[in-house]
Amino acid sequence: MRLAVVGAGAVGRAVVDLAASYDHEVVAVADSSSAVVAPAGETLDPDTVLRRKADTGAVGDDVPEAALDAEYDVLVEATPTTLDDAEPGYGHAVAALERDRHVVLANKGPVAERYDALRAAEDDSAGRVLFEATVGGAIPAVTTIDDLGPAHVTAVRGVLNGTANFVLTRMAAEGLGYEHVLAEAQDLGVAEADPSFDVEGTDAALKCVILANVLYGGGYTLADAEVEGISGLPGEALSLAAEDGMTVRLVGSVEDGDIRVGPRLVPEHGTLAVSGTRNIVQIETDHAGRLNISGRGAGGPETATAVLADVGRLSRPTGSR
Amino acid sequence: MSDEPGGTDAADEVRAYTVRLELVDEPGELLNALGPIADTGGNLLSVFHERGNLTPRGHIPVEVDLEATPERFERIVSALRDNGVNVVRAGADRYGEQLTVVLVGHLVDTDLSDTLSQLERSTSATIADFSLRLARGEDDQVTSARVRLDAEAGTGREVMRALREVAAEKDLTVVEPLVGVSP
Repeated sequence: MRLAVVGAGAVGRAVVDLAASYDHEVVAVADSSSAVVAPAGETLDPDTVLRRKADTGAVGDDVPEAALDAEYDVLVEATPTTLDDAEPGYGHAVAALERDRHVVLANKGPVAERYDALRAAEDDSAGRVLFEATVGGAIPAVTTIDDLGPAHVTAVRGVLNGTANFVLTRMAAEGLGYEHVLAEAQDLGVAEADPSFDVEGTDAALKCVILANVLYGGGYTLADAEVEGISGLPGEALSLAAEDGMTVRLVGSVEDGDIRVGPRLVPEHGTLAVSGTRNIVQIETDHAGRLNISGRGAGGPETATAVLADVGRLSRPTGSR
Repeated sequence: MSDEPGGTDAADEVRAYTVRLELVDEPGELLNALGPIADTGGNLLSVFHERGNLTPRGHIPVEVDLEATPERFERIVSALRDNGVNVVRAGADRYGEQLTVVLVGHLVDTDLSDTLSQLERSTSATIADFSLRLARGEDDQVTSARVRLDAEAGTGREVMRALREVAAEKDLTVVEPLVGVSP
């Protein structure tokens, strides 16, 4: 498949870097200020693109929109997640669908905030929209629910934010307070300078909204989620939990039509108590009990792995595996 | 197990049990008694070891609260008896659900005892255990408390909903358990 990659952050760059090892070609790459598009019939050399990005901060000389007009089969949308109108990611996805091209999203915004409209655009297009990378990085959550059949899944819950999980894990292990551990996480690059998206639960909530849209066939946005974060949680709360063999995790759940994210008590050595930046998704099924899938929930190559898995699905005829 | 919440497989459902044991006053006896519980996959909630308080037969009474599926619980009791532990009483807790929550906020200023009695008044829950921690920080008066609630089987979600309401009024954070989810 010929890929146009829009967004050249950690995920976009990793897709460019890894595409060839999955037998796909990159024909266009855009970042927020520029684009590079291969001449007709040719492909881009990933090393050249990535070196130029590293050296100059820009991938090319064209305007960013040029990548959208390139001759690609799949648009990989990996610009930063935005809320409300989910632009520019939503517009990029719709532009590709209008040209009957496929879209693979790493950007959560369009499927969390404008799922129904995006599906409507897909209905009018010969292209398809896949978005495995938006939930739990390399963890195949969306595909698994799809395969099980949403009607046979009774609940989905999980630990879906690595930064919050890192902070809680360190607080419990070291008996340290929230502020102290957060500063340490920022030094390590695990937490952003502005960590609110992660620690206030917004990121985990967006992922749950996406899962709810998959489970219930759309109709959900962030406004439908009941969200509480972990900021300001005192170390004492974790030590009290530990006295009872429990610990605290930021757990998101989709069940009975409700989306809830908040700090929850879970057994200290239980399945949900994944440590560090790991994520876990638990899927409750009608006929097969519970499935647990855990792994790396973020990171460039991890998320690119999910993006390229979606591209692989699109490159096989519908119905084949 | 008569009361089976809709949709759950009773055999897979984890319930709270209380086991009353009599131990001989010898080293290693307590370990001998608790080993089978952990080995069989039961979740120990608390152990009340009444040292110094002897039964008429000169044994030490121990009360153990644990969680397990009904099937595992049967195995735990037979394993205990196989180990020569005298099991005086073993059965499902009078209350079907034990809920542990951690409350965080200005608990004292917002009248913690009122918070808890509001909860007891509006639900089936009773406060079984309680533990309070003051923050180490000097400036902020944030307090954390762990509260164990005994609730009638099947009312866990209702109790949590009521607790969330009371907590919201007083601007408290509730670290909830995962109600209705087996570990």
